[in-house]
Amino acid sequence: MAEKMLEVKDLRVSFEVKKGLAETLMGKKETIKAVDGVSFEIGRGEILSLVGESGSGKTTTGKAILRLAPVTGGSIKFEGEEISGKSQKELHEFRKKAQMIYQDPYQALNPRQYIIDIVGEPLDVNDLCKTTEERLERIKKALENAGLVPPEDYLYRYPYELSGGQRQRVAIAGSLIMNPEFIVADEPVSMLDASIRTGIIKLMLEQRDKMGVAYLFITHDLSLAWLISDRIAIMYLGKIMEMGTADEIINHAEHPYAKALINIMPIPGKMIDSGRDILEGETPNAAVDIKGCKFCARCPVRQAICETEEPELREISPGHLCACHFVK
Amino acid sequence: MLLEVKNLKTYFTTSKGEAKAVDDVSFNLEQGECLGLVGESGCGKTTTALSICQMLPKEGRIAGGEIYLDGVNYADLSEKEISKHRWEDVSIIFQGAMNAFNPVKKVGWQIAEACMLHDGLKKDEAWKKAGDLFELVGIPRERVTQYPHEFSGGMKQRAMIAMALACSPKLIIGDEPTTALDVMIQAQILELLEKLRRELNMGMILITHDLSILGETCDRIAVMYAGKIMEIGDVRDIFEDPRHPYTKKLISCFPDVRGERVIPDGIPGYPPSLIDPPEGCRFCPRCEFATEACSTTCPELVQVGEKHFVACHNMEEV
Repeated sequence: MAEKMLEVKDLRVSFEVKKGLAETLMGKKETIKAVDGVSFEIGRGEILSLVGESGSGKTTTGKAILRLAPVTGGSIKFEGEEISGKSQKELHEFRKKAQMIYQDPYQALNPRQYIIDIVGEPLDVNDLCKTTEERLERIKKALENAGLVPPEDYLYRYPYELSGGQRQRVAIAGSLIMNPEFIVADEPVSMLDASIRTGIIKLMLEQRDKMGVAYLFITHDLSLAWLISDRIAIMYLGKIMEMGTADEIINHAEHPYAKALINIMPIPGKMIDSGRDILEGETPNAAVDIKGCKFCARCPVRQAICETEEPELREISPGHLCACHFVK
Repeated sequence: MLLEVKNLKTYFTTSKGEAKAVDDVSFNLEQGECLGLVGESGCGKTTTALSICQMLPKEGRIAGGEIYLDGVNYADLSEKEISKHRWEDVSIIFQGAMNAFNPVKKVGWQIAEACMLHDGLKKDEAWKKAGDLFELVGIPRERVTQYPHEFSGGMKQRAMIAMALACSPKLIIGDEPTTALDVMIQAQILELLEKLRRELNMGMILITHDLSILGETCDRIAVMYAGKIMEIGDVRDIFEDPRHPYTKKLISCFPDVRGERVIPDGIPGYPPSLIDPPEGCRFCPRCEFATEACSTTCPELVQVGEKHFVACHNMEEV
C-alpha cells in the first residue's frame, strides 16, 4: 500500500433512540450500535469500497470519519493527526482536505442558489479568495474538472435546470474546488442511469490519477465496487466481515455472508436454471444486542460457538481479512 | 395470446407542448410468459404500463393504438368499465412499496377490503382470503392484523404482491418492484415472483432500469429508448447477440465480474427531449454508427430471428 493517509481504529458510533413516553419517563433508553468497532486504513490515492445492505453502518462510518456523525469510541487518524477528539474549530484544516459527495444530487444542492454560488461556497466559507476574479477562475476550473464544459454555460443556472448527471457533477465540482486529498463518496451514482453513471465514475478516477485523491466509496452494489476499487470491505450490522483486494473478495471470498452476497449479485446475461442461493430472513434490528457473531442468526454454517463468541477480524492470507470462526 | 399492444401512443400535455412519452410501441405477451421492459429514466416504460392499466395521470392520454387483453380492447373502455377489469385481469406492483399502504389501516384489512369489493366476499371470508394470500407470498398468517410500520421493506413489498394477487389476475405488472430493496431482499422477491408466475400461470411484465436482473427472471426482453422499442427478443438474443447499438452500449454499462476490470465507455450525451424528438432514429444523436439515413427516417422494427426484432438502419455494421 502507498503512504498511509487515513487510519481508522476500532471506530464506534452509537445512537440513542427515544421510545414511547412511558419508556422515556422510566428512564429506559435504547442504543443502536450503528458502527461497532471498525478498523481499516486507506493509502494515498487508494479507493476502498464499503459494501453492505441498508443498516450495515456503511454511511455512518463514512460520516463519522468526517466527524459528521458523533464518534463514541475509537480513533481516526488523518495524516498522522488524531481527528476524533478535535473541536469544530480545530477541524477547520481537516475539512479543507476531506470532502463528502452525497447520494442524492436532487437534494444535495440548494435549489435557490446559482451554480456559481453552490460551487463557490467552500471558498467563501474558508475565505480563500481575495478578489472576485480569482474566485470566478477557481469556480470555472472546478466546473471544467467536473466535466461541465464550457463552464460559463452553467454559472448562472439553478439546479432545477440541470439533469441528474449534471447535478451530480456540480456536487462533485463543489467538493473538488478545495483540492481535497480524501473524499467520502456515499453512493454517488446509485440515483443515476447506467449510461450516465460511467461518466461520473471516470471523473472520480481521473481525480485519483491526476491529484492522488483517495476515496472511501460507499455502495450497496458489489459489482460496481469491484470495478473501481483497490480494496473492498464488506459490512454487516456495524462490523466488517471481510476485507481484501477487489479481485480477491469477488473470486475468493471466505465469509459466509460475503459468499452469499456474491452468489446473488446480479450479472447481466446470467441465466438461472435452478433456484438462487438466498439467505433466509432479513438483517436484524441493530438495537438488539447480539453476543456472538452478528451474522450468526442467518448463517448457513453456524455452530454453538458462534452464538457466544464473537469472531475477530483476522488475516487469513496476506491482505485478506475475515471474521469467521470456521475460516482457516 | 394474453396481451397484445399495437401501435400504442401515449402523449402528455405539458406547458411546453405535447411530450410523446410512448410513441408507436407494439408487443405481445403469451400466457405464463415474462417480458422484461428495460430502459433509462424517461424512456416510457412506466407510461407503457400505466397505459395498459388505464391509470395515466390526468395530463396523459392514449393518443392512438390498441391494447387487447384477453381479447378486450382496453383503449376503448370507459373509466367505469375498466375498473372492473383492473385487479381482476391486470394488476400492478409499484416501486414505492413503503408508501403504497395506508399507514393507519391494518395491512390485512387493506387486502381484505379489495377482496370484498371485487369478489363480493363477506368480511370473515375476506380476512381468511387475506391470510391465504399472506401465506402464498411467504408472510406468516398471523401478521394480517399488523400495521404497515410493523413491516420491513421487503415484507411490505411481499404484502403488495399479495394484494396484487387478490383477484387472481391474468397479467401482473411489476414496475421496478425491487428497486428500493437490498440485494438479498431483491433476490427473495424476484424468486417469489417467478414461483408465483409458474404456479399461477400468469403473464408478467417486469419493468426495470437494471438490466442485470433481467437475465435471471425473463423469457423475453424489450429495450426502450425515448418512447420507442429499439430491440425486442429472447433473453439470449438480447444478451448474446444484441444488434442495436443502444442495447450493446447499455449492456456494457453494467459491470460483469466474470470479465475484465475495464471501466465502460458509457453513452455520451443525454436522452433527447420527448416534446421535440429527433426526426429520424431517436438514438441517432448519441450513436457512433449514425449515418445520413438515421437522422431523417425513423427505422422500423425488423425481424432478424425467430423472436428477435431490431429497429436500426445499420445493424449489419453494428
